[in-house]
Amino acid sequence: MTEKYNMPDERGHFGPYGGIFVAETLIPPIQELNAAYQQYLKDPDFIAELDADLKYYVGRPSPLYHAERWSRELGGAQIYLKREDLNHTGSHKINNTVGQALLAKRMGKTRIIAETGAGQHGVATATVAARLGLECVVYMGAVDVARQSLNVYRMKLLGATVVAVESGSKTLKDALNEALRDWVTNVDNTFYIIGTVAGPHPYPAMVRDFQAIIGREAKQQCLEATGRLPDALVACVGGGSNAIGLFHPFIEDSSVKLYGVEAAGDGVATGRHSAPLCAGRPGVLHGNRTYLMADDDGEIIETHSISAGLDYPGVGPEHAWLKDTGRAQYANITDTEALEGFYALTRSEGIIPALESSHAMAYTMKLAPTMGKDEIIIVNLSGRGDKDMQTMAKREGIEL
Amino acid sequence: MSRLAATFAELAQNGRKALIPFVTAGDPNPHFTVPLMHAMVAAGVDVIELGVPFSDPMADGPVIQRASERALAHKMSLRRTLEVAAEFRKTNQTTPLVLMGYLNPIEAMTYEGFANAAQRADIDGVLTVDLPPEEGAECTALLKARGIDPIFLLAPNSSSERVQKMDAAGSGYIYYVSLKGVTGAGHLNIADVEHKLQQIRANTQLPIAIGFGVKDADTANAIAHLGDGVVIGSALISKIEAHLDDPELAQNEIIALLTSIRQTLDSTQQTVGEL
Ligand SMILES: Cc1ncc(COP(=O)(O)O)c(C=O)c1O
Repeated sequence: MTEKYNMPDERGHFGPYGGIFVAETLIPPIQELNAAYQQYLKDPDFIAELDADLKYYVGRPSPLYHAERWSRELGGAQIYLKREDLNHTGSHKINNTVGQALLAKRMGKTRIIAETGAGQHGVATATVAARLGLECVVYMGAVDVARQSLNVYRMKLLGATVVAVESGSKTLKDALNEALRDWVTNVDNTFYIIGTVAGPHPYPAMVRDFQAIIGREAKQQCLEATGRLPDALVACVGGGSNAIGLFHPFIEDSSVKLYGVEAAGDGVATGRHSAPLCAGRPGVLHGNRTYLMADDDGEIIETHSISAGLDYPGVGPEHAWLKDTGRAQYANITDTEALEGFYALTRSEGIIPALESSHAMAYTMKLAPTMGKDEIIIVNLSGRGDKDMQTMAKREGIEL
Repeated sequence: MSRLAATFAELAQNGRKALIPFVTAGDPNPHFTVPLMHAMVAAGVDVIELGVPFSDPMADGPVIQRASERALAHKMSLRRTLEVAAEFRKTNQTTPLVLMGYLNPIEAMTYEGFANAAQRADIDGVLTVDLPPEEGAECTALLKARGIDPIFLLAPNSSSERVQKMDAAGSGYIYYVSLKGVTGAGHLNIADVEHKLQQIRANTQLPIAIGFGVKDADTANAIAHLGDGVVIGSALISKIEAHLDDPELAQNEIIALLTSIRQTLDSTQQTVGEL
């Protein structure tokens, strides 16, 4: 059975979620962005330029790799990895920044800003800004600047200014606040490249559409390799862009189970986690209504995760909708389990995943053994672990 | 007529401009706010905007961000801000009180729960920074049904169509954000404000209070006379921040600044009023 799916509505609502909740100064640039996005989405020249960039600059299509040894070891489903780690700059983030940067160029914007957690989106933004000769400022929580110093250096090398944000919890949400403040101040010449499916409409839909190349390729590749659709998809969920990118082209294929994996940090029961879908409540933050980690007074609470890219108290509104409708299921993986996923993939397949992606790997280790050997899981390997070498070495007591 | 409508009507009749201070409830501590509010009324303010502390004040500059952080450190919240308001009302039933904050604390109380609580605290207006009229119909209707004015923002880049939208959705007054930026920013341009006010006036009869980036009596005076009143926030909160170890001194400096603004506003009322 397939049901037609065409969310969001024209005002950006996914049921009760999404929408445009911003201060008045941001309404005109959001309207301008939405108009440009709607226009270029249907513009053959724009699509052709985007496709060429994805092919020759990003290196798409990314392979769908059958992890045979790992599948055998886990003793269940056949595991296929969607290799977003092989993209230029090392993660799925570049799919979106290439798209938004092309929009920025067409809209005549000369200055790009971005927020970043793990630094992958910051690097992907600095990269496209360098290529197009645009000024680039990246906001990054001071805590993340410290734990992802390699990416800070990469961004600077690419010519971006990296601003360490000292307010609030000094992580991704505070970087987003600061980027919004910059945007409000510099609306006329500045394009804000949001790195995930969050923010006010049209960002959740637009970022999804740029990331949906992941799922479109995966579907075709799976059909070519196996002659059929997968039984399950697995992806980690920070803001939710790599997950929705993989899920979206499969939403109408109701035989395909969708599993999003949130970061449980020290464990959901401890309260020290980043799992709003599993343990949060609906509310409004950063321009949309979605599940949030907030206290009884509606104040946003601090999140915890070993991976900076998942350390965010909200989640894209479309995931909130997919959760409520039951179309997708959301699980959570602790820091300790994520590390097991990290080592397992590294040792069984010779692929070092990002700590974010390691959450998806760890969940796959639980899921695969419950499934038959003739069943198929596609796991989104959203990024490579190079950026996490310092964190991992330090945990092992090694000085690099 | 609502307290806000009556206040602005009376000011207009007398050719005076509204002086509207903004302070964050519970900054630097929960005991500071109510006495400060009474002292500000004694110094001649017309309306008080009470900031509701929020963990993620996206439209605020560093001064008000830190005010929020100080208040939150004392477990200040929307509920406790309403208690502050109710406490103030025990001895003042005339000065209009406007809550200014972000949507999520209201969502946590539910719109109806909040509207009822605001009515019990005898709040006059509610300004929710991240709730534009398109998303605000439900909340706005609940407030209006209880005689509370929903107050909306306009910005330098707002179209005439937006002004009309705010005119239809809002009541009490419209808050004109005088610059593209966050609260407390330093690039206010009086000529730009003057130009924009013509467009706004052409599309609404509501009183216009102007704020963001007003730092001293002269700017306050110039700005106030372009609209119907001036909002001053970060400049007051800076006094609190400068004297965290001496709240009494902070209050004295706030009152001194407001007094000088009041005098400047009133001394120029005649000449400008005749223009
Ligand atoms: C490799 C990788 N995967 C996943 C994420 C999480 O983001 P999202 O949930 O938007 O895919 C990040 C964010 O930094 C990342 O770098």
